Amino acid sequence: MKIAEKFEELRENKESALIAYICAGDPDSHVTKSAVETLVEGGADIVELGLPFSDPIADGPTIQEASDRAIRKGMNPDKYFELVKSLSVKVPLICMTYYNIIHKYGIRSFVDSCIEARISGIIVPDLPIEESTELKQCCENNNIDLIHLISPITNDERLKKILNNSSGFLYLISQTGVTGSDSNIDSGLESLIKKIKKYTDTPVAVGFGISNLSQVRNIISYGADGVIAGSVFVKTIASGKNMEHELLQIAKELKMGTRHD
Amino acid sequence: MHTKKYGIYGGQFVPELLMPALEDLESEYNKFSKNPDFLKDLTYYLTDFAGRKTPLYYARNLSKKYGIKIYLKREDLVHGGAHKLNNTIGQALLAKYMGKKRIVAETGAGQHGTATSMAGATLELDTLIYMGSKDVKRQMTNVQRMKMLGSGVKAVETGSKTLKDAINEALRDWVTNIETTHYLIGSVVGPHPYPMIVRDFQSVIGNEVKKQILEKEGRFPDSIVACAGGGSNAIGIFYPFINENNVKLFAVEAGGNSMQVTDKAAMHSASMCSGEIGILHGACTKVLQNREGQILESHSISAGLDYSGVGPELAYFAENGRVSPCNVTDNEALNAFHELCFTEGIIPALESSHALAYVMKNAKSGLLGDLVVVNLSGRGDKDLNTVINITGDSYENC
Ligand SMILES: Cc1ncc(COP(=O)(O)O)c(C=O)c1O
Repeated sequence: MKIAEKFEELRENKESALIAYICAGDPDSHVTKSAVETLVEGGADIVELGLPFSDPIADGPTIQEASDRAIRKGMNPDKYFELVKSLSVKVPLICMTYYNIIHKYGIRSFVDSCIEARISGIIVPDLPIEESTELKQCCENNNIDLIHLISPITNDERLKKILNNSSGFLYLISQTGVTGSDSNIDSGLESLIKKIKKYTDTPVAVGFGISNLSQVRNIISYGADGVIAGSVFVKTIASGKNMEHELLQIAKELKMGTRHD
Repeated sequence: MHTKKYGIYGGQFVPELLMPALEDLESEYNKFSKNPDFLKDLTYYLTDFAGRKTPLYYARNLSKKYGIKIYLKREDLVHGGAHKLNNTIGQALLAKYMGKKRIVAETGAGQHGTATSMAGATLELDTLIYMGSKDVKRQMTNVQRMKMLGSGVKAVETGSKTLKDAINEALRDWVTNIETTHYLIGSVVGPHPYPMIVRDFQSVIGNEVKKQILEKEGRFPDSIVACAGGGSNAIGIFYPFINENNVKLFAVEAGGNSMQVTDKAAMHSASMCSGEIGILHGACTKVLQNREGQILESHSISAGLDYSGVGPELAYFAENGRVSPCNVTDNEALNAFHELCFTEGIIPALESSHALAYVMKNAKSGLLGDLVVVNLSGRGDKDLNTVINITGDSYENC
C-alpha cells in the first residue's frame, strides 16, 4: 500500500497516523515478525522497520543497543528483505537505515530489493537533501517514497528545499536531540506545524521522544497528521517480559490519541 | 566554485539537525579566519602557549646510518606533546569568537582530549570529552590529565566502546546542545567544513617546514613522510607542498598485526591501503567495512592511528596519486620507536614511529630520494606502558 493512500484513508476516517518503529532482528527475525503483527493489531497504521547499522549517529541509547543486538544476531540486508517479504500485514512498510548500508548494497539494487519486498518508503537519517539526489531519483523512478526529516531549527530556505522534494510524509523531529530522548512537546511545535502546512499538502508526522498518550493528543491537536513512536516499543521488546501483551497495550493507547473527536 | 567535496569524497552525511550548525560553522569560519583580531589571538596562542614554531631538526645519526638526509619536524615539542594543540587552539578560539560557551570532543588515546582540555581551560570554555570505555581503562593517565585540566570525561559504553563510538556520542551531544556547543573534532574527518578547518589549522606545520628547509638546504625535500590515522598531521605537513609536484608525499597507515580482516574486525587500521568507499561520521571516504556495510573495528599498537576511516581529502589525494598511502606493522613501528630513542635521544609517539619505520625501511631503496622530512607528530611518554608491556623493561639486548 502506498503511504499517501494510507493517509487518505485515515483522513476519511477522521484519524491521524500511528507510525511504529522497531529494529529488525532484535532479538531475532521471529520476534520481529510477531512484534510487527502485534503492533498492527494494536492500531499501528504504518510500520517502520530499522535495518541496523553499526554507527547510528541519529539514535539514542535504546535504538543503538537494539541495533547492536540485531547485528550480533546476524541481521543483514539480505535477511532483512527476506523477513519483510514474510510479513503478511496490510499496512505500508518503511525501511529505515543509514546511508552506508544502502551505498554498500548499491543504490539501484537496494531500491529493487525494497520493491520486491513491497516496501513503500525509505528513511535515511544521515542523508540530508543535498546528498540525496541519486537515491531520490531511483526512488522516484520506482514509485517509492524517500521520506525527509525536518527539525525545529531547519531554516526557511532549507525548509522550502525539503518541502519541494517531499513525498510520502514529512518526518518532523520534535526537538533537538536523538531518538528516545525525553520530549517536552511545546507550542513551538504548533506554530512550526502550521508553518509547514501552509507550504505543503504532504502529511506531517512528528517523532523523537514520543511515548505516551498525552504527547500524542497534544501533537495531533497541533495539526499533525501522524506521530512516530520507536524507543518505547524497542524498550518493551528488549525487556522481553510479556512482550506481545505490552506492545499491544502501548500501541492501543497511543492509537487512541490519533482519533479525532 | 566552492565545493564541499574532494572529488567524490567528503560531503555532509549528517542528520538534518546538524545541517544548520554546519552551515553556520562554515560561514563563521570563513569570516573569522580573515579577521585580524582572530588571527592575532591565534598567533599569540600558537607562539606563547603552544610553543611554536617547532624546530626542523637534522637527525645527524639517523642520516648517517641510512645514507640520506633525514629531518624531523618536531611536533613532539608542542605543548601537550603532539600536533593536536594546533587544531584545538584554533577551533576553541573559533568557538569563543562564535559565542559558544561549551565544547565537546571525542578522544581515542586521550591526546586530542588532553589538547582540547588545555585549549578549553585557557579559553574558559566548559569542556566535555567523550571516550570509549575501553580506552578509558587503557589510558588512565590521560583521563586524569583531562580531569586535572578541568574537563568532564564521559565513558562511552556503546558499540565497540572505542574512538568511533566516542565520535558518534560527541555528534549526538552536538545534535542535542547545538545552540550552546561547538563540537571540536580531532582530525581532518567528519562532515564538511571540518576536514577543511582542521587542515587549515594544521597547515602551520607544512608552512613552517617550507621556510625552514629552504633556509637549511636551499631546496624543497624529495619526500615528506607522515603517519595517518584520521590524517591531520599528514595533511598539515603535506598541504603547503601539494602543488610542489617534485616533493613526494607518503602517508603511513597502521598495518597492525597483519592485513587480515574478519567479519567484525580488521587486524589493522589501513583504510586508504585496503578500505572501500563508504560513509562514516558524516563523510564519504575510505572505510574499513564488511560485506554488509557495517563498520569494522580497527587495530593498531598506537591508539591514535586506531580508526576505521580516514580524512576525505587525504583519501582523494591518495586516489589521484598525489599522496602515496603505505603502511608498516606494529612490530616495525615498535622497532623504529626504540631506534629513535637510542640514535637520536628522542622518544617518539608510537603513531609517529610508523612514519619513522617507513623511512628506515625504504631509505636505502632510493624511493624517498636524498632529502626526507618526517613529521614527528608527537612524543612517546604516553606510550611507555604499551611499549614496556610488549618489550619488557630490560633493553640490554636491543
Ligand atoms: C602523536 C600523534 N600522531 C598522530 C595521531 C593521529 O592523528 P592524525 O592522523 O589526525 O594526525 C595522533 C592521534 O592521537 C597522535 O596523538
